[in-house]
Amino acid sequence: MAKHHIETTVNGDEIEFLCETEETLLDVLRDTLHLTGSKEGCASGDCGACSVMLDGRLVCSCLVLGCEVGGRRVETIEGMAKGEKLHPLQQRFLEHAALQCGICTPGFLVASKALLERTPDPTEHEIRYWLAGNLCRCTGYDKIVSAVMDAAVTMRKG
Amino acid sequence: MRYEAPESLEGAVALLAGATGEARVLAGGTDLLVQMRADIVDPELIVDIKKIAETRAVTEEQGGWRIGAAVTGAELKEHARLKQAWPGVVEAANLIGSTQVQGRATLGGNLCNGSPAADSVPALIAAGAVATLAGPQGKRDLPVEDVMLGPRKLALRKGEILVSFLLPPRPPRSSDAYLRFIPRTEMDIAVVGAGVSVTIDGAGTITAARVSLGAVAARVLLVPEAARAIVGSRLDAAAQQRLETAARAACQPIDDKRGTTEFRIDVAGVLTRRAALIALDRARAN
Ligand SMILES: Cc1cc2nc3c(=O)[nH]c(=O)nc-3n(C[C@H](O)[C@H](O)[C@H](O)COP(=O)(O)OP(=O)(O)OC[C@H]3O[C@@H](n4cnc5c(N)ncnc54)[C@H](O)[C@@H]3O)c2cc1C
Ligand code: FES
Ligand code: FES
Repeated sequence: MAKHHIETTVNGDEIEFLCETEETLLDVLRDTLHLTGSKEGCASGDCGACSVMLDGRLVCSCLVLGCEVGGRRVETIEGMAKGEKLHPLQQRFLEHAALQCGICTPGFLVASKALLERTPDPTEHEIRYWLAGNLCRCTGYDKIVSAVMDAAVTMRKG
Repeated sequence: MRYEAPESLEGAVALLAGATGEARVLAGGTDLLVQMRADIVDPELIVDIKKIAETRAVTEEQGGWRIGAAVTGAELKEHARLKQAWPGVVEAANLIGSTQVQGRATLGGNLCNGSPAADSVPALIAAGAVATLAGPQGKRDLPVEDVMLGPRKLALRKGEILVSFLLPPRPPRSSDAYLRFIPRTEMDIAVVGAGVSVTIDGAGTITAARVSLGAVAARVLLVPEAARAIVGSRLDAAAQQRLETAARAACQPIDDKRGTTEFRIDVAGVLTRRAALIALDRARAN
């Protein structure tokens, strides 16, 4: 069977790629488009390391097929910093030492950004529930949650 | 493996009916892609139904609500009027997985995956929801409690798709609730799930009720005896006791490390009572 020819938008750029039916969006991002910021922690929807935005919704890219994204809008961690300028969330994660090995970090950042865009002033409780699908095995969640709370303050000040 | 994303129901039904090998509908993929990855299923054809308008809409119909089978949990959560009419259905759908899973998971997929622990199914059954199916012979309606026959076994025929659910019109002073027990606070599979829907009269007496239990039998159960135990009452202590007893009597659960048979039966009674109290409170406020 011939590969699927997909035209889509990734981080604002119109792009095209070829993929097999079984390839996930995560496979395509990492192996074909070489956007390796999204990580594969479990490939089963449990860890959130592969989090991306699809048409403005937070999803696990390991549970989306590459051929599903034709004509849609994909946003990944690679689109978060503007050139050299880090997003406030990225800045706060560094300052709060909210990462160690960093495997979970892109997923946490993408998921947190999605939260702050709809809930600019979240409670700690809201943050913890929103991020329940993002697992971290080394840093611990307290530093991550503080970084998100702090970034929210920065972002509210604009 | 072939992937198709038809824009019409007829197109999707024709693809599924004409498939020679194993064919699967794809909605949110949060069960299907996991099972494909684990080699539990290996379809020859995947039919993505998300481009079919009927599966993606939430609309008012005959005073009730029609919810497309491929509407996601995240979309249901944002639907203020649906939430007002059916808070139990929406809260059950919103218990499925994480924020990321909510962005994709659908009611149709939750039912058609055929798990007796599926969270939204007891809420839909308690609501009296009817599933609309489309197949090679046209459309037909089936009460949700008749769609799942057992674990992974559905009443859908070859070529049939679940298109949407119809939730009936809501009389005044009606509401519903869903509760589940899981060993964690998030991201786990129900050990017991209980959905209750009630209508009360002006004096606060229950005039109609439906009770459904998940994860305590091979399929999600409609429990008419539990409903009968509270109709005509104001859910006083005696009625609560009758409700718990009737709910427990319906259970035939498995026994595993996540919950022994005895535990599941006990919890089923407790959750049914608590869900009924929440539904009643909400009905009073309506
Ligand atoms: C991390 C994680 C956590 C989860 N947590 C929960 C939870 O807490 N509670 C819970 O109940 N579930 C949970 N699930 C399971 C899953 O998310 C739900 O069952 C979800 O509702 C499935 O919907 P979907 O649209 O993704 O289905 P899909 O994966 O697209 O489909 C599931 C099955 O149904 C069939 N199907 C789908 N739609 C139709 C249709 N319209 N007509 C005919 N057949 C159809 C498919 O062919 C497939 O066999 C979890 C899954 C993950 C990955
Ligand atoms: S890799 Fe997708 S959720 Fe873990
Ligand atoms: S920093 Fe290593 S998993 Fe989170």
